[in-house]
Amino acid sequence: MLSHKISRRGVALGIVAAGTFAASAAMAQKKYGSGATDTEIKLGNIMPYSGPASAYGIIGQVEAAYFKMINDQGGINGRKINFISYDDGYSPPKAVEQARKLVESDEVLFIFNPLGTPTNSATMKYMNAKKVPQLFVATGATKFSEDPKTNHWTMGWQPSYQTEGHIYAKYILTNHPNAKIGVLYQNDDYGKDVYKGLKDGLGDKAKTMIVADAPYEVSDPTIDSQILKLKASGVDLFMDITTPKFAAQAITKVAEIGWKPTHILNNVSASVGSVFKPAGLENGIGVLSTGYLKDPSDPKTKDDPTLKDFFAFLDKYMPDADRSNLNLAYGYGVTQTVVQVLKQCGDELTRENVMKQAANLKNFRSAVFLEGITANTTPNDYFVLEQLQMMKFTGQSWDFFGPILSSEAKS
Amino acid sequence: MAETTLAPTAGEAVATAEMPRSLRRGGRIALISGIVFLVVAISIPLFFRNFVVFQFTQMLVYAIAILGLNLLTGINGQFSLGHSAFYALGAYTAAILMDQYSVNYIWTLPAAGVVCFIAGFLFGLPALRLEGIYLALATFALAIATPQILKLSPLEHWTGGVQGIVIVKPDPPSWLPLNQDQWLYYFTLAVALILYILARNLVKSRTGRALMAIRDNPIAARSMGINLSLYKSLAFGTSALYTGIAGALGAIIVQFVAPDSFTLVLSIAFLVGLVVGGVGWLPGAIFGGAFVLFVPNIAEGVSKGLSGAVYGVILILLIYLMPTGAAGFVRAVLSRFKA
Repeated sequence: MLSHKISRRGVALGIVAAGTFAASAAMAQKKYGSGATDTEIKLGNIMPYSGPASAYGIIGQVEAAYFKMINDQGGINGRKINFISYDDGYSPPKAVEQARKLVESDEVLFIFNPLGTPTNSATMKYMNAKKVPQLFVATGATKFSEDPKTNHWTMGWQPSYQTEGHIYAKYILTNHPNAKIGVLYQNDDYGKDVYKGLKDGLGDKAKTMIVADAPYEVSDPTIDSQILKLKASGVDLFMDITTPKFAAQAITKVAEIGWKPTHILNNVSASVGSVFKPAGLENGIGVLSTGYLKDPSDPKTKDDPTLKDFFAFLDKYMPDADRSNLNLAYGYGVTQTVVQVLKQCGDELTRENVMKQAANLKNFRSAVFLEGITANTTPNDYFVLEQLQMMKFTGQSWDFFGPILSSEAKS
Repeated sequence: MAETTLAPTAGEAVATAEMPRSLRRGGRIALISGIVFLVVAISIPLFFRNFVVFQFTQMLVYAIAILGLNLLTGINGQFSLGHSAFYALGAYTAAILMDQYSVNYIWTLPAAGVVCFIAGFLFGLPALRLEGIYLALATFALAIATPQILKLSPLEHWTGGVQGIVIVKPDPPSWLPLNQDQWLYYFTLAVALILYILARNLVKSRTGRALMAIRDNPIAARSMGINLSLYKSLAFGTSALYTGIAGALGAIIVQFVAPDSFTLVLSIAFLVGLVVGGVGWLPGAIFGGAFVLFVPNIAEGVSKGLSGAVYGVILILLIYLMPTGAAGFVRAVLSRFKA
């Protein structure tokens, strides 16, 4: 059965290869790498459709639906997108297997938006050795974008955890210059990444302003003792770097002990449904956070004229999707960005040119980005989105306020 | 070979009375199938592209781990849901030795084996007091705890914490006209064959009979003078050794270890592979390895959204059609062949 499958695929590949050859002979000015022809661009993708992170699988579905719409409209520069998305179950060895399958067997032009920090860590070395773009990885870990020299073929997309930390520092320095900061953070790469951004952003003042910090392990049942410790240290600005379950606990506990610090919660846990509802909506009033995408379920966005296409897309191609899911906007925004890269590539669809154009985004905007946020890259700066806006929880939803904040300082 | 290990509990007197001809025949069939397997196995890298060779290498790695579990469950009758822990221990031993101490990858295998043997033996000592499902639960705890222990900050200097460890893929010896994937495949195949032959000899030996006697009737085994606790711990240690070597090989071919690679799902996959291959039948490990690696891919090919359900259906069908795994299927084919 297996060999049968392979032989059939082999035949198909042969035809594609022959087609490529004929096409490139006919038109010398067009340049194609593997996975690209006159009629088709093959993109790979790896998502956790099963396993512990399967909630993110919706992103892969949005991407597939968006490419279907692109194809219905005639493709990009006349080429249809063949979007091949595999499941890795959030398992690093499986991610390696699927990445190799996409590169060596399906021979895609590049892998787009593979999701997960451990899974992308596992494939990064392989992708760079093979010189295949690992483009717009779906993780906030700073390491995927911070070193374009060593990892030329890997690029992130969303604001990195350190960028986010920087922006909180910026906000604090402007609005609470005399704050006594207490930091609660998850003791892993993500928590430390945000914390590092905060400390770097505060600069020399970090030592004096941060009066206490309290790490917790993902395996801890509660974070009550950490909260009490921070309160006892005289903290008046609570920097809450936690994942949803712990964020809900923190909001509840802070309210329960009658503590009233300025409460900044990181973007990872800014979900109304999975954090604020379980914590008690009234307990969360006044909590601050940041965002960079418009929330399609927010009544205020309903009449936003720039989102008309987005809602039309959802109505036609994803009618059953739950509109309150922020990942819809995420998938839409990241796919629009990659479409922009492919448009910029023109007829030179090689892996080199894909990276060159990805590193040459100038003030690109997707409709789902907050007004004022743009995507910018250079060959030495792989951080695609580096701007966020502060927002405040009203008891029902988030209200954005203040200017768009950006982080210029890089670590 | 297949015959003798398939029916290990058959009374010896009965066996010797009618065995000679069928044994010789069974031996011949085993020999032929062994040679066919070797020829197919050796020729795989010649006909497939590197990615498929890599998949087959992974299959062999899973087969070694399942072989180890088979020694424990199939031969000695003890259950384990914790083999992902030994697999992780082997993988991390290899990765840390290569990453921090620049040890040659070949030497990480015996090191991983020794570390896991000791760990398995020590875990086996207290686990001796537990039988059947209680032992399964104790080992289950081991599988749950391992990824979290690997993330602990005091160990981070060695384990790399959540980030894991990236290791360099070993090059083939320069005198061999092979690429890295082909070389690793042959290397893994050689290790797998050596481990298989050792396991077969162990099962056929006095020790092997003692292990099986414990499985079949512990009280009788004890009254025959078999040191139950020693043999059960040894079985645990040996099983962990096999799985640890598989883990080390897995780390080398994937070039990466991280806590999320070694969850309970891996333990369950080994158990499924064991049952699919045939409990107590050593060559079944290769079928088990193939199932663990390829069936999820087939399931995903059928339906992305329902891959788990498709996997389940395939598994149920397989167990329905071959209740005793590949072992029973092979036995049925052979008996028809003889009649």
